[in-house]
Amino acid sequence: MSAVAAGSFSGAFRWAFARDLRLSWRHPGETMLMVAFFVLVASLFPLGVGAEPQLLQRIGPGVIWVCALLAAFLSLPALFAGDYADGTLEQMLLSPHPMSGWVSGKIAAHWMASGIPLTLLSPFLALQYGLDAGTLTILACALALGTPLLSLLGAACAALTLGARGAGMLLALLALPLFVPVLIFGAGAAEAQSSGLSPSPHLSLLGAGLIVGAMALPAAACVAIRIALD
Amino acid sequence: MNALEARGLACSRGGIPLFRDVSFALTSGEWIAVRGQNGSGKTTLLRCASGLTRFDAGEVLWNGQDAGTGPIAFRAQLLYAGHAAGIKDDLTAMENLRDALALRAGAPTNEALRGALAQVGLDRHRHLPARRLSAGQRRRIGLARLALDPAMLWVLDEPLTALDDAGQTIFSDLLQRHLARGGLALVATHHEVAPAPARELRLVP
Repeated sequence: MSAVAAGSFSGAFRWAFARDLRLSWRHPGETMLMVAFFVLVASLFPLGVGAEPQLLQRIGPGVIWVCALLAAFLSLPALFAGDYADGTLEQMLLSPHPMSGWVSGKIAAHWMASGIPLTLLSPFLALQYGLDAGTLTILACALALGTPLLSLLGAACAALTLGARGAGMLLALLALPLFVPVLIFGAGAAEAQSSGLSPSPHLSLLGAGLIVGAMALPAAACVAIRIALD
Repeated sequence: MNALEARGLACSRGGIPLFRDVSFALTSGEWIAVRGQNGSGKTTLLRCASGLTRFDAGEVLWNGQDAGTGPIAFRAQLLYAGHAAGIKDDLTAMENLRDALALRAGAPTNEALRGALAQVGLDRHRHLPARRLSAGQRRRIGLARLALDPAMLWVLDEPLTALDDAGQTIFSDLLQRHLARGGLALVATHHEVAPAPARELRLVP
């Protein structure tokens, strides 16, 4: 790992990103569990609602989005809790580098370990719902834009619940309502495509949300962490 | 020459005042022992001095400048080690040490890392995941960090917990070397440490 010059955002980002990825690589159980959850739940729906092609095509994008959203949520409680408990967050806050660098690096690593596997798997799961190739592509694109936004929103909420009793439940109450717009535009993009409309307004809105989120949410998470450590 | 000064610090936690009007001054080559019963606010005082916890009144000055408003210059020289040592169970002693140093100071060579781990008696255990190390051995990773980090100001909270006699001697040696090169240290401890402190700061609840 290379030296980090004092007060460097990118140095802090790289450090946190590389270390969190190394940790999830060394301890792959959590990512595997999340992927297994995603595959299982998305496969349960066709079994539950019956094999009627039109119905499956209709509900497919929405179901896959809800499953991806819940799967991405699974690993959120652990995002900061481990570093909070073992004192790493204190060290990050007291380092000469900006806190937003550490936090952004951790969020990016969370997305690499949750959002990317979910996005890559989604076309295969969508096949069970008989979605056509165009809808599959749009679904994957929407997930590629939406899952980093889920990681950002979730990270801000996870930072807010740090140190609280029953943090997991509180996190669900805080984060899941905030995920609603992402779900609506994400699933809406694929639905628009399958009903012959243009998915680009939905995708543009997701992209805009992602840009705003990437600017604002790491800073919000930093403030919450500072309060939790006070 | 570096100097750390605190003037009239007061802090309360959850509405209960912990201490007030605590002042101390520390210059290069000195260390201060913070003493007091359990719950007298030693940890809070150290956290206030390093800028983790906001205090109700008073100020902390690093080389005459407010440590809270010029944090980069202050933090570049600050090594804080609290109760939790920031050690990841899944990483080896070597990786934990490298990460802890890269987080603050820079990237030491593998030889430097090995040398520091050998100095604290972890040479044979350097490739074991930290989960397999005992509490004292985990503390020794922290000692190796003290040996390598160039920070001039140490703020240490109970650094001798879980260390055996040999470990305490290693700590004394490290502290002596740190002071000899012009370092400063603010240490909360119940133990007697070999280079005698310049001053003792006694907190009474």
